[in-house]
Amino acid sequence: MTPIPEDLLREAARQVLGALVRRGADFAAAEDAVQEALLEATLKWPDAGVPKEPAAWLTTVAKRKLVDAQRADAARRHREANAALEPAAGPTEQSDDTLLLLFLCCHPALSPTLAVPLTLRAVGGLTTREIAEAYLLPEATIAQRISRAKKTIADLDLSGRGDPLGSSEPDKSQVLRVLYLIFNEGYTAGDRVDLAAEAIRLSRLLHAASPGPEVAGLLALMLLNHARRDARFDNGTLVPLDEQDRTRWDRAMIAEGVDLLQNALAEGRHGEYQIQAAIAALHDDAQASDETDWTQILAWYDELCQGTHNPLAELSRAVALGEVDGPLTGLRALDRIEERLTDYHRLHAVRAHLHERAGNTKEAAALFTKAADSATNEAERNHLLKRAARARPE
Amino acid sequence: MPKYLILKHYQGGPEAPGFAPMNEWTPEEMEAHFQYQRDTIKMLQDAGEFVGAEGLAQTGNWVQYGGEGKPPHVLDGPFPETKELIAGWFVIDVESEARAHEVAAYVSKAPGKGGEPIFEWLEVRPIMSGPPPVE
Repeated sequence: MTPIPEDLLREAARQVLGALVRRGADFAAAEDAVQEALLEATLKWPDAGVPKEPAAWLTTVAKRKLVDAQRADAARRHREANAALEPAAGPTEQSDDTLLLLFLCCHPALSPTLAVPLTLRAVGGLTTREIAEAYLLPEATIAQRISRAKKTIADLDLSGRGDPLGSSEPDKSQVLRVLYLIFNEGYTAGDRVDLAAEAIRLSRLLHAASPGPEVAGLLALMLLNHARRDARFDNGTLVPLDEQDRTRWDRAMIAEGVDLLQNALAEGRHGEYQIQAAIAALHDDAQASDETDWTQILAWYDELCQGTHNPLAELSRAVALGEVDGPLTGLRALDRIEERLTDYHRLHAVRAHLHERAGNTKEAAALFTKAADSATNEAERNHLLKRAARARPE
Repeated sequence: MPKYLILKHYQGGPEAPGFAPMNEWTPEEMEAHFQYQRDTIKMLQDAGEFVGAEGLAQTGNWVQYGGEGKPPHVLDGPFPETKELIAGWFVIDVESEARAHEVAAYVSKAPGKGGEPIFEWLEVRPIMSGPPPVE
């Protein structure tokens, strides 16, 4: 019994699917065929050994499955795949294939609920079960989402299947958004699939296939946050940034993120991911929490808020403003966004934090409790309850 | 993607006007009601929104720690003064709170006496998620 290296299968799955779709195979049918080929590989390879060219082996099997499926479905016979084994694609073609798959899986016609599992399976090479475990959902629910996603894609008019890539400067914002959503869901509990690491892997693929300042910015943002992961949780308890053990931050990952970010910023086309990454880099750069360069952070938040007018960005800006110009100034800034964030627990939490800094412990305790009451995240709620208890005057 | 619990109560919510309790329904009306529940589950499964659904038996006990080295206190439930009884629930994973409300409204439309919607009140509660993502 030879164990199959997991990365090998997942890499090969993406390459094979990309090659099939590029050569004109129907995306949904090809995706099914690749899944079946993967299954066959996991059954046969442990005994027979991993073939010398795993991607070629999987391509042959997937094509056979595709032809079988099409024979079974006479209506589809006109799309019969070419069963002949073609030479393996070169690195450039593989990059293009990855990009093509990402554009299909993150097509604007798909809601994130559908785009996320499809991307994880078709591009990330995860199984339906792994995706279900990562999202704590029944496997059948994820299977249904993938099947709906594929049906939506099949119904699209992608005349010239390379359509999403048709323009010389294709809009990658939807792909970036889906990858960011996957990252945000990521956490590390138990033996569950690490979605944050998966999002980083996919972003690296995108960056290799189609570099650009916002792609680099997103990858940098992920790395600069992921580097703090080990310090962010202590036995399931959330540790806020200013209390984290900074010696546990992954310095190599931070260095990689900073390097990516500097090159991206040098191109002079700032976007929201680069700006958020710049803020994360400034936090990572401080040896201790009281050495944080809040003035620079505030400047980046100013730029972010100008671009997006997003109330959540303004909320974070108020924290930075409170550090630079004092908590009362921060509180005044909150008054301006209050209307747009009614009963949002983080608004109460930020206001509580600023009151605490201003020495209004009674208000702070009441507001932390209010924030805890409206939080929908357990770790966050517990953290807010503890802050309320700490703020409560003796 | 937030998860929501849609809680069905036997009692506790305000009663819809003209509500006829189930023991006044014909067998056909009951069957139509049960079929609606099964169809609802199928609808949620097809939409990729289904997480789980359970019904609860009306019997049960109240249980409490009995003290060091002692067996648990067990009382026949429910307490007589407790007006509220949980009948069962759906757990769904949906795009938004608005969609959760839409699903609850659909559940509430289940047919009762004369095939008319029962206008049942349902409690919709967000389920706490795991640790938060990026701060």
